[in-house]
Amino acid sequence: MDYKTDILIIGSGITGCALARELSGYQASVTVLEKGSDIAEGATKANSGIIHAGYDAMPGSLKAYYNVLGSSMYPSLCSQLNIPYRRCGALVIALDENEIKSVEALKKRGESNGVENLSLIGKDEILALEPNINPQVVCALNVPDSAIISPYEAAYAFADNAAVNNTTFLFDQTVENVIKNSNGFTVQTNSDTFHCHVVINCAGSFGAEIHNILCEEKLEMTHRRGQYYLLDRSSEQPFSRTVFQCPSHMGKGVLLTPTVHGNMLIGPTAEDISDPCDTATTAEGLSEIIRKAVRTWPALSVRQNITNFSGIRAHLNSGDFVVGQNKEVPGYFEAIGIESPGLSSAPAIARDLCRQVVDYMNLVRKEKTIVYQAPSCSFHDMSNEERASAVESDPAHGNIICRCEMVTEAEIRAAIHRPVGARTVDGVKRRTRAGMGRCQGGFCMPRVADIIAEETGIPLQKITKSGGSSFLLTGSIESYLKGESNHDQSEN
Amino acid sequence: MINRKTDILIIGAGPAGLAAAVAARESGVESVLVIEREKEPGGILRQCIHNGFGLHRFKEELTGPEYAQRDIDRASDLNIPVECSTTALSLSADRSVICVSAEKGLQHIEAGAVILAMGCRERPRGALCTPGTRCSGIYSAGTAQRFVNLEGFMPGKRVVILGSGDIGLIMARRMTLQGASVLACVEIMPYSSGLNRNIVQCLQDYNIPLYLNHTVTDISGRERLEGVTVSRVDQNRKPIPGTEIHFDCDTLLLSCGLIPENELSTGAGILLSPSTSGAVVDETFETNIPGIFSCGNVLHVHDLVDHVSAESQKAGASAAAFIRNKKHTTSFISVCDGDGVRGTVPQKIHRDADQEIQLMFRPTQVFRNSSAVIECDGQILSRKKAMIFTPGEMANIVLKPEMLNHVNGDSITVRMERN
Repeated sequence: MDYKTDILIIGSGITGCALARELSGYQASVTVLEKGSDIAEGATKANSGIIHAGYDAMPGSLKAYYNVLGSSMYPSLCSQLNIPYRRCGALVIALDENEIKSVEALKKRGESNGVENLSLIGKDEILALEPNINPQVVCALNVPDSAIISPYEAAYAFADNAAVNNTTFLFDQTVENVIKNSNGFTVQTNSDTFHCHVVINCAGSFGAEIHNILCEEKLEMTHRRGQYYLLDRSSEQPFSRTVFQCPSHMGKGVLLTPTVHGNMLIGPTAEDISDPCDTATTAEGLSEIIRKAVRTWPALSVRQNITNFSGIRAHLNSGDFVVGQNKEVPGYFEAIGIESPGLSSAPAIARDLCRQVVDYMNLVRKEKTIVYQAPSCSFHDMSNEERASAVESDPAHGNIICRCEMVTEAEIRAAIHRPVGARTVDGVKRRTRAGMGRCQGGFCMPRVADIIAEETGIPLQKITKSGGSSFLLTGSIESYLKGESNHDQSEN
Repeated sequence: MINRKTDILIIGAGPAGLAAAVAARESGVESVLVIEREKEPGGILRQCIHNGFGLHRFKEELTGPEYAQRDIDRASDLNIPVECSTTALSLSADRSVICVSAEKGLQHIEAGAVILAMGCRERPRGALCTPGTRCSGIYSAGTAQRFVNLEGFMPGKRVVILGSGDIGLIMARRMTLQGASVLACVEIMPYSSGLNRNIVQCLQDYNIPLYLNHTVTDISGRERLEGVTVSRVDQNRKPIPGTEIHFDCDTLLLSCGLIPENELSTGAGILLSPSTSGAVVDETFETNIPGIFSCGNVLHVHDLVDHVSAESQKAGASAAAFIRNKKHTTSFISVCDGDGVRGTVPQKIHRDADQEIQLMFRPTQVFRNSSAVIECDGQILSRKKAMIFTPGEMANIVLKPEMLNHVNGDSITVRMERN
């Protein structure tokens, strides 16, 4: 089919969604194309979830600029849109005399990037703040302004707000070609053709590929995989802050951080891989994390591990972000190489890109925009009084579907009916936490699938874990009894 | 929020909860209430449509639903209320429970005694740290069983089973009967953790190979599962490079152990045993919190439901005795795991216990022509010989009350001894 839209955003990761939200305040039609089956399916769903203060990036780089600016935008965005966010602080620890120099250098770099409240603290103070840190620690950079966020929930909130202000999100759309013409661009996907005035490339791991279709000056990208352990949430987490290791002779260290939902996240590795979709975990990667993490936390135990995952950082070989209108191709805007601190930077990148697009197209603000707030409080986090009134107002809150994370039927139905609603089991999981707990969906997954089928009309056999052919079921007992073979063709 | 009171509150209406409820009522306690989070009572037996249940208790072979129905009927005959679709949210040491249902909303139930009968959950992939992709088609065996037996859908066509627990073995047969190809059952240990009869009837009868000392070392497939790599492991359970076997399959079922669901229990300050992951109890199945009892798979994972029922009947009667203020006056003797033994239940015994006590445990490995013994200060109090003890089958040894007179110290030990 042929579609017309003023502005086409390629990619619905954190950058694409933040940008869509910014642009939805203007009088223009905006369409977001996503190759996955849901928002935030790439790097946005699989990263450390940290809003960095900004001491790490090289002074003068776009990374430094957008990081410091973006992280300062999050507190008000998160409270306005109900995004889980906590300013938990961070420590960068030095475990021997050599590492002190690295920590001191980070402090200096942070100060020249404009990061405030940085200080160096000694062993006693470190152990008073975080008693589980390796007692061999000698000093640490204390970063009180470091924060944690639920990155995919931030993307959902941005997308929902764009959608209620008439942004169109289309899934399973893989961009195959982009052609510049006199009126703007023609964008060809695996299934449709889009005509637009402006194209904005927020395509994450595929950013360079799309750039290189349009531009003479080519970009080169390295796909860098990071694997993680996620430990079960419990009332007593071993660390209340993010704890970074400083770069050492052992390479770039791993971090240990609480998540906004009370889990512990440990990782990531950094492996250059050829396939930008290869999010498998490996035995070597997982054991490397443990080997490194025990330096921070000698008592580390993965008995509480509930899952392992990996994400792919989109690293440009030139080192820095590329953000803005492309010099060669007017009307083509881009945000490429948005690896760490990309999550921290996304709101600032989005605001800058939006401003540039508004200027280019002479866009006028809408008279009125709607603010959509994600469901503010989960049943799990409510007081008993709040729970009692929640069930009173909607009895579906009385049906606990996910027992590990205490997620109710009402919450799952609501997730499906959000402006950009869940269509898959993983979509429900990330919006509600159903299946995120210690049984990993063993009990609730069949019920979640039933509810998705009921609410969307998708037959149960067509429900997927995360789009594509990730079907949960392969056939019905009824059809088998009728004599329809359940065997693969290859066996016949 | 509704406030209610009951003499005995039972959390869970599976075989453990129902047997405990019936026993409590038969012991003369009028006010007994069972709450159950599923829509119907019966617990996991509802989806166990195969037979083999009830041989010990009823001297006949029943299916899971038939076995459950006997307890459901008995509870119903006794007019014991079983409130379904009701989930307990929290338990306090003062024996009160907050629970929720769509029908009644949030309820606060104060009980004279509480019996924990929440059962267990399956160990998921994350707990195994199996590397690979995160595609669809990986299920715990019980989840697959629910799809097939309760919902009428097949979760896959070409199946590998990791772990040889009983549910995995049962599902190997079930999937085969339903037209799927079960390619292998892979067990990391040198022995199966399932019952021998299930190895024979569910694997051997269908020519499904059992790979002992093997595990899954890689999972591939972007969207739906496409294959798994299986490797032999060494004595330390580490994969041996060069021994990889690849299976093209669309389904991996996990049957790698069951974990008692004790999240409510820990909230009330109940002490758990690291060995069983269940509560530490005495011979009356009372936990360290007075008036809170635990039985069935939430206490320790059983192989046979008949034993769950027997244990739960005792817990029900004990809760009734607690309501009637029948108290023990003396101190405890602790029961320790000795060589070759793990997970002994109960973990402590009243010094003035006046009834026969079954000490239940699992051998840590296969023992042939061996004995289980109860020992105290180098003195053997009791000995039980058998041709074979295996980790897949819970064993027990009886402690008679008169033996307690010989216990001078504070502890006794259960251990294995080769003849």
